[in-house]
Parts: sequence; C-alpha cells; structure tokens
Amino acid sequence: MATTVGVIFSSINEEDIPELTKVRSTGAVPFGGRYRLVDFTLSNMVNSGITSVGMITKNNYHSLMEHLGSGKNWDLARKEGGLNLLPPYSGETETLYKNRLEALKGSMAFLRKAKEDFVVLADSDAIYKFDYSKVIEAHIKNNADITMVYHEHKVEGSHYYLTFETDKNDKITDIQINPQSDGIKKCYINVMVARTSFLLRLIQNAIQHGYTSFGRDILSPGVKTLNLYAYKFDGYYANISSLYSYFNANMDLLKSGVRNELFGDRSIYTKVNDSAPTKFSETASVKNSLIADGCLIEGTVENSVLFRGVKIGKGAVVKNCILMTDDIIGENCKLSYVISDKNSVIRDKSVLAGCEKYPYFINKGSLI
Amino acid sequence: MLRKKECVAMLLAGGQGSRLYALTSNIAKPAVSFGSKYRIIDFPLSNCINSKIDTVGVLTQYQPLVLNEYVGNGQPWDLDRTFGGVHILSPYEAKTDTSWYKGTANAIYQNITFIKMYDPEYVLILSGDHIYKMDYNMMLNAHKETGADCTIACLKVPLKEASRFGILNTDENGKIYEFEEKPKNPKSDLASMGIYIFTASKLYKYLEEDDKDPSSDKDFGKNILPKMLAAGEKMYSYRFEGYWKDVGTIASLWEANMDLLGLTPNFELSDRENVIYSRSPLAPPAFVEGEVKNSIVATGSEIGGKIINSVIGSNCIVEKGAEVKDSVLMGNITVKKGAKIRYSIIDEDVTVCENAEIGGEKEVCAGMAGKTSGIAVLGRGITVGKNLKVPAGEIVDKDM
Repeated sequence: MATTVGVIFSSINEEDIPELTKVRSTGAVPFGGRYRLVDFTLSNMVNSGITSVGMITKNNYHSLMEHLGSGKNWDLARKEGGLNLLPPYSGETETLYKNRLEALKGSMAFLRKAKEDFVVLADSDAIYKFDYSKVIEAHIKNNADITMVYHEHKVEGSHYYLTFETDKNDKITDIQINPQSDGIKKCYINVMVARTSFLLRLIQNAIQHGYTSFGRDILSPGVKTLNLYAYKFDGYYANISSLYSYFNANMDLLKSGVRNELFGDRSIYTKVNDSAPTKFSETASVKNSLIADGCLIEGTVENSVLFRGVKIGKGAVVKNCILMTDDIIGENCKLSYVISDKNSVIRDKSVLAGCEKYPYFINKGSLI
Repeated sequence: MLRKKECVAMLLAGGQGSRLYALTSNIAKPAVSFGSKYRIIDFPLSNCINSKIDTVGVLTQYQPLVLNEYVGNGQPWDLDRTFGGVHILSPYEAKTDTSWYKGTANAIYQNITFIKMYDPEYVLILSGDHIYKMDYNMMLNAHKETGADCTIACLKVPLKEASRFGILNTDENGKIYEFEEKPKNPKSDLASMGIYIFTASKLYKYLEEDDKDPSSDKDFGKNILPKMLAAGEKMYSYRFEGYWKDVGTIASLWEANMDLLGLTPNFELSDRENVIYSRSPLAPPAFVEGEVKNSIVATGSEIGGKIINSVIGSNCIVEKGAEVKDSVLMGNITVKKGAKIRYSIIDEDVTVCENAEIGGEKEVCAGMAGKTSGIAVLGRGITVGKNLKVPAGEIVDKDM
C-alpha cells in the first residue's frame, strides 16, 4: 500500500469569516456543537490511513494548539510521524507567509523528512467525509503529477474559486480562476495529491522563479506542461466561506441524512471534554436541535445547534440559532437567527434577531 | 532523589455485585453504567485525581474485560503517568502460592509489592461501588493530625438501616472504641463507607499477620479492623457529609440515577471544581426532536419520542411515538416506535422493538416485593420483540 503524509492549511481563507477568525485560526472555528472545523479534514486523513500530518499554522493559533494537543484524540500522538504543528517560519529577509505557496515553503523541512511516497494537501475550512486513499489510487492509475479533487456545485461570488474542465478520462484540460459565469461547475475543493518528491521539486522550482500563486503560476500553466488529473468527490460538502455558509452548514446537521453521512460510523474525532450530560428541566421544550453535553435547558429551543455548557433560561425562546460553548441565555429572551460566539451572556428579556442571509453575530465573551 | 509517593490508593473492584443480577452477569460492578455517560468506577477514580492522588491500583477479579478496557492507560482521568498512574492488578500466578483474591484484605496483601514500589507513608483503600464526590486529601490531613494508624470514613445513616453497614462507635473526638460489622442491634448510626486510610507500616504488619491466620476470612471489616482495635492501635473516624450512595442493588442504582435529575438535584454532576471524568464516547451532540422533560441525555442520542423523568445514556435512539418514563437507559439502546418503557433499568446494547411494553407505572409498582422492588430490568445486549410485554419487577437476560 502506498504510504501517505498529510499537510493541512489551518489558517487559509481566514478573511472569509472575519467574525469567527478574529480570535482563532480557521481550523479552530467551533462547529456542530462539539467540533472544530479542522476535525473533519484531520479525521479524514486519519481514516484514510495517514499517520503523519503536518499542520501549517499562521497567527492566532493558540486555540488550535489547545484543541489539538498532542494529537492523541486522533491517535496521532506517535513516536514515528503523528501530528506536527508547523508554525510560520520567517528568515531574515522574509515576513509571515502571505499565500499558499509561501506557506508550503515553510513546510519543506517537514516534507523532506517525510518517508511517505505521497502527500495529500488539504484546507481546514470544509465539512465533508472522504477517504483520500481513493484519490491516491486514481493518482497512481492515471500516472498523474497532481490530482485535484473537485465537487460539483454552484459558484458563489465572494470566494476565491478555481474551477476546471476535464476530458472523459478526468484529465484536466482547462483551469479557470474566479470564473464570472454562474451555474454548476467543477469546483476545486483544495484537496490535492502528489508524489512527495514531485511536490518538493515543484515548490523549489517556484521559489527559484519567484512565483507567488499556486493557482496562477503553477496549476494554470500546468494544464499544458503537467499531467493534471481531477477526482470527483460526490458526498456532502460544505465550504465555510461566509457567515451565511457557516450558518447553513451547521443547520445541515439537523438533517438526518447529513448527520448519518458525517457521523454515522462515529469516526469524526475531536477533543474530548468532560462536561456532565445535558439536563432538560420540567419546562424545557426542544425541537429539531443538536444539543451538546453540559447544557441546562429550561426554555424553548427549535432548529438550533447548542454547544457544550449552554444555559437556556426559563421562558426563553431560541429559534434558528447557533450558540457556542458556555453561552448563557437569560430568562424570557427571544433569539432568532443569532450566532453567538463562546462565553457570551444575554441578559434576561433581551430580544435579538437576525435573518437567514445575515445572522446576527455576537462576539466571544460579550455581555448583552 | 528517591522517587516515592506519599499516598497510594488501592481500589477494590473485584466484586461480582450479585444483587444487580442481569446487570453484572458479564461485567464487574464498578464497570456498570451510571448517570448516562459514566461508569461507577469513574467516581472513585475522579475523586483520586481531584484529591491529587495519582497512583491507583485497581484490583480486579470478576469478569474484568470491560473494566480493564475501560480503565485502559488511565488517560481520561489524567492517570497515565510515567511514575504512578493507574494500574490494573489481577490475581496472578506465583512460585509458591497461587490463588484468587480470597477477601478484601487478601487482595491487598497479594499486591503489597505493588504498594511498596512507591514506598508510601499512607495507603488509601477504596471500593468501586459507591457514587459520591469526596476529597480524600482532607481525610488524609485528618489522619495525620490525629496521628492515627487507621482512619475510617463514615457517615450518618438512618438507625433502622444501620444493621446493613459496618458501624463505628466513637468517643467525642472521633476515636473509635468499637467496630461492629453489620450488627443486629446497632449502638450508633455512624456507618463505615468502606474507605480506609492506613499508615503503611501498620497495614503491612496486620496484613502479614492476618495472612498467617487460617481462621481469618481475610476481610478488612471482619478481620483486620477488629484485630487492630483489639491490639490498641489508634483508630479514628472521619465524618463525611455529602452525597454518598451504595449502588449495590437494583433499587439503589435506580434511585442514585434519579438523584441526578431536577434543577437542584440531590447529586450535582455539573460541578466544574470537581469534575467527574469518564472515557467519553466519540459521538456527535444529541439530536432532540421529541419531548424531553426533567431528564438528562448524553451525547450521540437521537430522541424522537417522549422522555420523562429519565436518564438516557450515549448513543440511544428513541424513535418517534416511543415513550420512556421514570427509567434508566444505559447506552447504545434502541427503542422503536410505539414501545413504552416505564420504571425500568435497561442495560447497554438493548433493542426494544415496536409496541413492546417494559415495566409498569412507578406509582403502582414502586416498592413491590421481589428482587428489584418493582423495577423491570433488561440485561445487556438483548432484544425484546414486537408487541411483547415485560411485567414490572421482571429481570430479563435473554432475547424474547
């Protein structure tokens, strides 16, 4: 079996969700009641048989480090391989990396040491469950230089998108960056497979030529010069590229189909906490909601995702909300379409409402 | 510097717990689920780490597989240490004498070498079948202050129940002058909690002597403690005031679970100062669609039906149209639509099929004569078929 090393970009695309990444890196954004975004990519790697993972970080990676710890929750606390945090490296002439290519440059030492034949590069801003070893199989079969994973969906405006065309053998024939046309496209999901040695040569070459963009300077011209192949992922996929998509992806977990696909076999790993089980009082009323451990519910909750330790006061009505760890909602509050970051306190009788497209966001540790 | 530990804890976890019937037919009592996401052993283990005691020997004997796997390397309790930590101690084969643990004292005696590895001044003896939160360090301080050779933790129990316990008769300073194991006519209401601190050298001495006594039952309560008292050793009581429950019977296990419910419960689990640690299952948050009142629900469960006054463990599925009332569901249980569960304890991995009825109304059945005081019990891993009935107080340990 081919051996594979993983590299995760934990800080890429931070600017897409500034509300949530102000205090943490993308990978550390809380999700789905008890997870952080990085859990999905990291668990996918582990479940694909990858036992050595490099985690490229940038700034504000304290909560990410706290979450990952030694990696033991992902079975990645190993003597050989395991989880390696790759903090930004800057030499005398360099500053903090600005793009994916510079970020990769910082991880070259890690990749050079890696004994694995193949490398999977992936971002940490997406929710999906996927066995990367299938891409490796296809990569070997196609004798590809790089295999890029795509998902077919509608192109949205704000995000930096890479789409491509393929021939009937999945060979990439054209790459477009930020296409203007709407409609369903083959959208690259920032998961890429290459031989480790090939990727190292590619980065080395890019440094020598002063390239700055992986997409524009390497992949786009590579359509003609390299063997670029595509691999289709057709499971559930949600990219977190705005507060709106963050909200929707959380709400998707209320659908049993999505829940089953992601969590059915209980293999999305995360940091384990020791909260007591959730308590429902005599006055609690809960419909269609995901409730993590350690909550105390005395009010009404509908269509919502509650993280650990959330308290819902008597008479409070919470609908279509995402309430993060240790939020306290006072008595008789009315909340709808609210995303409240951790440790916030909403005083009694407050009324807060956003709308579906623009959920009302409450900063970490607010008192309202 | 020689490495040593001031206090080593020895946790007696070998008991069968025969009065839990089907719940302990395949697993040791300390491994029985409790409070939706815990096992009984989580309480003494968490108490140890919360009391800064980081060296614990767990003595197992009866059906230890689940318990061994659960305790593992002790990581959930922060007891994975390079020096100290948690160690499973099973009976072993020795050159001269090989035997099962013959009693509580003999179990400790057979593991004296383990204790001596850490050269402790004090040894704390615990049992693995009680639900409580306690700072053993305060007890240890009391032991040091009185200069006792042995300190026994005790609490007040109703006098009419006192004959079920070891009863301590003490003077006004807490010094014990008499110890009676399960007396017919108790003279006091101070019951031993089965928690002892010994000054290590005294413990070694009495265990060694007791081992040579062929008439001894090799039991702390029956032999060691009375012998120490008779020899005039200093023995003190340590008063514990707080929640403590022996969950050795079906009725007391049910009650202890129910003690967790309510806004001001008899026993509070969500206390961030003294966290009860457990090996948490890897599961998404609970999904709640139905009606849940006055209950606790653990992670990974999917609740479509009605849950009233109940404790629901991890990964339970209660389908739409199913009802669970006044019951304990331990974990990984499926209750299909139309099924009704009342006043019951359901062990792990059980499936209750469509329209089956388990147990009877609490108001009618509570206190009924029989092994379980009216509580219906379904043993681990069984399936109850469609439309079948399990009457109140019945224990079922086979598919039906």
